[in-house]
Amino acid sequence: MHRKTITELAEALHQKECSCLELTRYFLDRINRYNPALNAFITITEKEALEAAQEADRAFQQGTAKKLTGIPIAHKDLFCTKGVKTSCASKMLDNFIAPYDATVVSKLNHAGTISLGKTNMDEFAMGASNENSFYGPVKNPWDLTRVPGGSSGGSAAAVAAHLIPAATGTDTGGSIRQPAALTNTTGIKPTYGRVSRFGIIAFASSLDQAGLLTQTAEDAALLLTEMAGFDSYDSTTVEEAAPDFTKTLNNSIHGLKIGLPQECFPEHLDPKIKTVIDQALRQLESQGAIIQEIKLPHVMMGIPAYYIIAPAECSSNLARYDGIRYGYRCKGPVDLQDLYERSRAEAFGDEVKHRILIGTYVLSSGYYDAYYIQAQKIRRLIKNDFVKAFQSVDAILTPTSPTTAFKLGSKSKDRVNMYTSDIFTVPVNLAGLPSISIPAGFVDQLPVGLQLIGNYFDESRILNVAHRFQQATDWHRQIPKNFE
Amino acid sequence: MTPDEIKKLARLARLKITDEEIEKYTDINAILQLVKEIMQEKDTSTVEPLCHPLELEQRLRPDIVTESNQRDYLQERASLANYSLYLVPQVIPPNTKNK
Repeated sequence: MHRKTITELAEALHQKECSCLELTRYFLDRINRYNPALNAFITITEKEALEAAQEADRAFQQGTAKKLTGIPIAHKDLFCTKGVKTSCASKMLDNFIAPYDATVVSKLNHAGTISLGKTNMDEFAMGASNENSFYGPVKNPWDLTRVPGGSSGGSAAAVAAHLIPAATGTDTGGSIRQPAALTNTTGIKPTYGRVSRFGIIAFASSLDQAGLLTQTAEDAALLLTEMAGFDSYDSTTVEEAAPDFTKTLNNSIHGLKIGLPQECFPEHLDPKIKTVIDQALRQLESQGAIIQEIKLPHVMMGIPAYYIIAPAECSSNLARYDGIRYGYRCKGPVDLQDLYERSRAEAFGDEVKHRILIGTYVLSSGYYDAYYIQAQKIRRLIKNDFVKAFQSVDAILTPTSPTTAFKLGSKSKDRVNMYTSDIFTVPVNLAGLPSISIPAGFVDQLPVGLQLIGNYFDESRILNVAHRFQQATDWHRQIPKNFE
Repeated sequence: MTPDEIKKLARLARLKITDEEIEKYTDINAILQLVKEIMQEKDTSTVEPLCHPLELEQRLRPDIVTESNQRDYLQERASLANYSLYLVPQVIPPNTKNK
């Protein structure tokens, strides 16, 4: 049962091969059995899930069931879920019960899906290894001594180990795609503005976007169709209606032009990863895609610009945690300043504090132009590179991550090294483009992901290419041993 | 940044950092130095900064009330609230005399 995709599970429910209650119990059992080894979940909402499953079964009896009624999913623990702890993997919000649902959560509830719990992540979505969680690191199901990537590492590990058919995630600089690559899952980050950010705990508001970790591009298309669209509660969502992303999945890719940015295939790129990507390119070529080299001259300046812009926005967004209105409050403050300073110092982890300090510094007078404005200028150059590239190609292909999953603890002391994990994903967030990571093969028994970047609001195209690739390969069907 | 400058920055960000902890944050200097060097390789004197990927205009909505009062419901999340007020340490000291 757990090997089935959402498309197949929906079929099974509609054919009455099993009930929603049975399906929910089945996945809850898998979570309870395997989560202790993975630490992928922070909260398991067993009681709420079983109630929702019974309600879903009634919908089937009454003939009001929708396509996705009864499908179990999980939410990254920064989506507000009414009445359920929403911690952002921080001591700061360990006691926070969300007062309302995020728009993504209410849309997926409305579509009939059932949430089985909240997944682990890097604290406030800051990290690329999931080692920055207040609740401890997540383990990669392909090798429990390695990281699953981050920040959506809990969602990725849970989907990779088939504890849940799909999970939501968010991506500010690669937080969906990099863990997808490291765990052999499919991860999509839509165009900025495609999906509402309302009720998602903010990290860097001009970069954050919600998306999905799934087993297949087809499942991603199904769920994204339900999630996307205008939301009056998020003024940055676009008014243009989202299409049904499943409609174009099977389109031919004959004649489609795929650009390879030379900058994303540097000489020092791991040759084993390059070989995997080359094989994927041959596959796409065999379906008629035309591969051509392109240039993105400023793309390698993405990481420096990102590590100015993201901390700047983070320091501003995280100023709301004052120890007073909600969240952690220190014991026995002597005055108001002490209440602020100690509540924040005692409840934020090291990485979060680092980024708040960097953000505060680059926004302070005297440094603003040299750092923040310069980073925003670089951001424009990167965006212009992509706009120009899309005049001659339909999609852009790169490795998702420069490495496979690394050992727990191996990069946590070396910030600059950790930051380079997102070297191929960060420029996409700076430009605001849609992008998907899909399984492309293995190196030394560890998964390798390839990234497809689409033009603005052209999620359909990258989902189409990803689906066609998955129809012709079975990398995405590989399951880590011990979780079969 | 010197340790004193880091402490000043932490105070601006409302983060308590003790003298023993300062060491942990000195790598900020190296990070800032590195990003500055890479970014300054490029002459950007004619480039307009980009603060938002879509460069849309802010959407406005009609000026009508859409939300109901949820004060008590929301205040359930505060560690210390009473009489519909958030409670904090005294801000204005008692017996304040003009000096």
